[in-house]
Amino acid sequence: MIYLTRKAEFAASHYYHNPEFTPEENQRIFGKCNNPNGHGHNYTLEVTVKGEVDPRSGFVVDLKQLKEVLNREVLDAMDHRFLNKEVPEFFTRIPTTENLAISIWQRLAPKLKTAQLHRVRVYETSDLFVDFYGEA
Amino acid sequence: MKAHLTRRYMFSASHRLHNDAMSEAENKATYGKCNNPYGHGHNYALEITVSGPVDESSGMVCNLTDLDAFVEREILERFHLQNLNTVPELDQTVPTTENLSASIYNILQRGFTPAHLEKVRIQETMMNSFEYAGTNEIRK
Repeated sequence: MIYLTRKAEFAASHYYHNPEFTPEENQRIFGKCNNPNGHGHNYTLEVTVKGEVDPRSGFVVDLKQLKEVLNREVLDAMDHRFLNKEVPEFFTRIPTTENLAISIWQRLAPKLKTAQLHRVRVYETSDLFVDFYGEA
Repeated sequence: MKAHLTRRYMFSASHRLHNDAMSEAENKATYGKCNNPYGHGHNYALEITVSGPVDESSGMVCNLTDLDAFVEREILERFHLQNLNTVPELDQTVPTTENLSASIYNILQRGFTPAHLEKVRIQETMMNSFEYAGTNEIRK
């Protein structure tokens, strides 16, 4: 089994707010991240796929295709966007780094043909990242 | 759904690698420059990975403010700008980054309850890093 990781970057803004919480609870749990005007990050995304090497091409996955899927499914939707207001899953789900990793997995997994998705890693900053392995 | 969250912290400390049970020659042979009696220091980068179900109401594995507060109080307060040979957790061992990793893992394992501890990774320099996960497998 070979594991292959492709990296991408995108910039987006977000804020954390749960309408079921009182304003005080939102403030206590989310702190500065609760500012409704949002704030932004340069996110780094690492997508790891796994599979056996195709004997004809020598590839686990065609990187061109992986890049296209990544661009279409993730970057076109999220790069330079306000996640809460422009990315449908975040109209109802809080766009934490955890939920971003899950959302990116859900966008990519059904679109990958030859390779199997192994891990989605999202860096919110160089000091904070989340890994999602598709686990329930 | 279960996710893994990793947070990085920086701290600086000095140490000397030396084992009293070894002869001077053996210490020198084993630890080389690191055996310098005056010690030397590193900027350590500590990565802590925790895991758990993503809470639906907060979208989080655990609140980062809880992890940050715990690490500040129990780890950085203990090790940052200290001589590791004199810190109680390490003064009976050789303060290698292996032992430092295990010590920090154990502090977290004992006291940090909001999420499951997966592993600790310490980068001692850009050239070497150490990972410890107790009896668990390290997931890649």
